[in-house]
Amino acid sequence: MIGTDIPRFGPGMKLRHDQARDRWTVMGPERMFLPDETALEILRLVDGTRSVDAIIDDLAARFAAPRAEIGADVLAMLADLATKGVVRA
Amino acid sequence: MTEPPLALLAELTHRCPLQCPYCSNPVALNGPGEELSTAEWTRVFQEAAALGCLQIHLSGGEPMARRDLVELTAAASAAGLYTNLITSGVLMDAPRLAALRDAGLEHVQLSVQDAEAASADRIANLPGGHAKKLVAAQLVRDAGLALTLNAVVHRQNLDRLPDLIELALAMEAGRLEVAHVQYYGWALANRAALLPTRAQLDAATATVTRARAELRGRLVIDYVVPDYHASRPKACMGGWGRRFLAVSPAGRILPCHAAESIEGMVFPNVHDTALHAAWFGAEAFTRFRGTAWMPAPCQGCANAEQDWGGCRCQAFALVGDAAATDPACALSPHHHLLAEALDEAASSDSSYRYRRL
Ligand code: SF4
Ligand code: SF4
Repeated sequence: MIGTDIPRFGPGMKLRHDQARDRWTVMGPERMFLPDETALEILRLVDGTRSVDAIIDDLAARFAAPRAEIGADVLAMLADLATKGVVRA
Repeated sequence: MTEPPLALLAELTHRCPLQCPYCSNPVALNGPGEELSTAEWTRVFQEAAALGCLQIHLSGGEPMARRDLVELTAAASAAGLYTNLITSGVLMDAPRLAALRDAGLEHVQLSVQDAEAASADRIANLPGGHAKKLVAAQLVRDAGLALTLNAVVHRQNLDRLPDLIELALAMEAGRLEVAHVQYYGWALANRAALLPTRAQLDAATATVTRARAELRGRLVIDYVVPDYHASRPKACMGGWGRRFLAVSPAGRILPCHAAESIEGMVFPNVHDTALHAAWFGAEAFTRFRGTAWMPAPCQGCANAEQDWGGCRCQAFALVGDAAATDPACALSPHHHLLAEALDEAASSDSSYRYRRL
């Protein structure tokens, strides 16, 4: 994925709050993932309209961290999530 | 501490146009008159979500034989459950599928009996069935729904595993589930005709390993290995009463969809018991939960909390005692029964006793 791509959830993939266990879960066809903190922050911004760049800007501002550093993390995480089929460009 | 379940398997009906000889439904099928009503299922879905279930599998029989399936899907979705439809596809049409999607359906698991139509139709005992499934797969893709192709494999179709993988790719399925037959109920009655040979199994395992590497990022392949050639049992259902519960068409609340095959067990019914009470309190659930119930050699075994002693239904089916170590385990004193069954199968023909009401 590159900066201008707009990530969206893959077919059948959803981020859902699990009330009984008070945690966020990625729900997919016959599988569930518990996203780690970084993945969760990113996935909460995946809405089918925000670009990768916009997600990086948002997180860099919120965590007051250097944009390059956050950008590398976000791209690596999105690549990983894409291999798992959770998101696609 | 007992955790709440993650998923509910709702067996909406035992009616099905197919007659697969390995069907996981009980040998004594529920008749249509016993099935829960729309309102009863709706309540069950709400109870499941409140209990902690995140996912529901709408299954059967053939769930599309329920005329209220769209309503039931909407009810499951409204309860907050991730909804998966497990179907043979032969009753599917575009308007119905669109209605299911609009009702909140998120994923379809479509079964095929083989990659080759003539063989598939013979296994399901339904002429023309396979062709309808190919159409169904296209409908699912056209509706924009996630698709998993499910293939139950055995001696009579395992050699065509490469073609099944090709079929999954042609259907643009995101996942392929290759599941070896589990032998209880109908499958046990047909075991001699279904057990694969060791050579077939080794070839299949090599095929899956190769395809997984080649198709990384394109197709996820889930592979359920068969017990009869194994030396360690599977953690059936992730452990009895640990992750899943099932409700039968007539409303019985079960720790596993095959649990009714264990004679002498009494299961609560949604007519008089809430899912919460069943999960945490019913004897049927507490009986084999955890490790305290285990006999030797499971008791104290390092694997006890990995495989949970294997499958209770298989222990009952083969040893006549649901509280025995699963004979799939090499440490079971009954492990030889599996080798004997393989020998018997090697000299058996391929005729079936079809699943019927
Ligand atoms: S296994 Fe075959 S007969 Fe049994 S419910 Fe599924 S499609 Fe019907
Ligand atoms: S003895 Fe029991 S716990 Fe140990 S591996 Fe065998 S089935 Fe599993």
